[in-house]
Amino acid sequence: MRPPSRVDRRRLIVGLAATGAALVVRPSSGSAQRPAVMTRAVPSSGEALPVVGLGSWITFNVGNDRVARDSCAEVMRAFFDSGGRMIDSSPMYASSQEVIGYGLAKLGKPANLFAADKVWISRGSRGRTQIEQSRQFWSIPRFDLMQVHNLLAWEDHLPMLFDMKTAGQLRYVGITTSEGRRHREIEQIMRGQPIDFVQVTYNVLDREVEDRILPLARDRGIGVIINRPFREGALIRRVMRQPLPAWANDIDCANWAQVLLKFIVSHPAITCAIPATTSIAHVRENMGAATGRLPDEAMRRRIIAHVEAL
Amino acid sequence: MSEWWTYTLSDFLLFSPRTYYRLFELYNADIWPAQIVALALGAAILVLSHRADAWGGRVIAAILGVCWLWIAWAFHGERYATINWAATYVAVGFAVEGLLLLWVGSIRNRLLFQGNGKHTTWAGLIVFLFALVVQPLIGPVVGREWVQVEVFGVAPDPTAVATLGVLLGVTGRVFWLLAALPIAWCMITGATLWTMGSVDALVTPLAAIICVVWRLRRRR
Repeated sequence: MRPPSRVDRRRLIVGLAATGAALVVRPSSGSAQRPAVMTRAVPSSGEALPVVGLGSWITFNVGNDRVARDSCAEVMRAFFDSGGRMIDSSPMYASSQEVIGYGLAKLGKPANLFAADKVWISRGSRGRTQIEQSRQFWSIPRFDLMQVHNLLAWEDHLPMLFDMKTAGQLRYVGITTSEGRRHREIEQIMRGQPIDFVQVTYNVLDREVEDRILPLARDRGIGVIINRPFREGALIRRVMRQPLPAWANDIDCANWAQVLLKFIVSHPAITCAIPATTSIAHVRENMGAATGRLPDEAMRRRIIAHVEAL
Repeated sequence: MSEWWTYTLSDFLLFSPRTYYRLFELYNADIWPAQIVALALGAAILVLSHRADAWGGRVIAAILGVCWLWIAWAFHGERYATINWAATYVAVGFAVEGLLLLWVGSIRNRLLFQGNGKHTTWAGLIVFLFALVVQPLIGPVVGREWVQVEVFGVAPDPTAVATLGVLLGVTGRVFWLLAALPIAWCMITGATLWTMGSVDALVTPLAAIICVVWRLRRRR
């Protein structure tokens, strides 16, 4: 079992200040009617992003099922209505990109969208073609963020992505991994390449990135996106068997999902967590984690101890 | 794939159980009443394998071959591939099996049955009847909707098991040539359903294992 988180209060406060707009509760960009959500600054640009986004792994892969596509569109509507911006996908996720495109068209192309996708192909020469196909699936002018999925052929893809960024065809470039894989290589790329984002797995039970990746991201000014915040639902199922502790009120959490997400986004290096869901109620719960008070270091340790004991 | 040992089956599951079974629901609605035709073809196989006349093997192989080709195109290629990019490769496998059945069984007439009374024939009959009648009922029994039923001839799992049942009654090494892909599919679908947490995940792979063990016993 890993030791408790070592993010002390002073580092937490200093870190939050260093990230500029971090944790300032304010309306997300685009619409004054949208609820106020916490944002973090993208380190490389200062752009404010809500700390909770929307993933699409499994949940949006519904094929040509019209009913399910409409349901996904309603999840997206609830996400945008709650102040969300970042939606993340990948060519690996089968029909998810097309379903996102369907939802965006149905919602009238929300101006607030921060479109994050990935290039996932072993032949570097095919990267641009795949990105163009993804763009057509989303039906957007360009992606905000393009990441190399699971570091597949990153030596070929990263120079191409940097060229696209220079040409204005992308705004940010990133790399991804999940479940603790290839962290040594991730670190090397973070040290040697001018990437804007790194996407890794982090949650109350999987905290390996606290040791090296997250401190390195802060040192290098790299934004951090967190995947699998609920361990694909397993973590939620584990904690849901227990009543919500009374101390959850102290960090303005009405449910376990918000406790788990607030644990993640309270780390000063984290830019955004991207839980995936098929439920409108759940996306609203998740976005609730971008409002109210965040846990301090003592509370973070309390959350870890509580969940590990379950 | 780096650090391959850290991957589990769930890392390759791209869809939810709900999406997977909705696929069958929509597929069944789209192709109705092809299910009735498929069941009638299954009944025809039963009659023809019992008679075991000169043309029986050719017609049975033709029926099975067409079913495999249909599933390759209509299910794997047109529908399953929308939620699982690997289904394109599976569709190729199903098409190869369909063509093999047509070539080996219908054109070259190598689907020769052992005749009535043989233990393997009876085992094959039981397996085939299981795939035709019992296997489609398992889904509704374990709580899935009737409209999501998987029927022989149009759905891959009962078709693979039924094919193995037919092949159990066939003489010669042609069994292994024609059974390899159905056995492979039974294992793949078992792994998929197991990862999805389906309570009937082991039905299809167990049926395949029983057929293999039964066939190997006969060689002693």
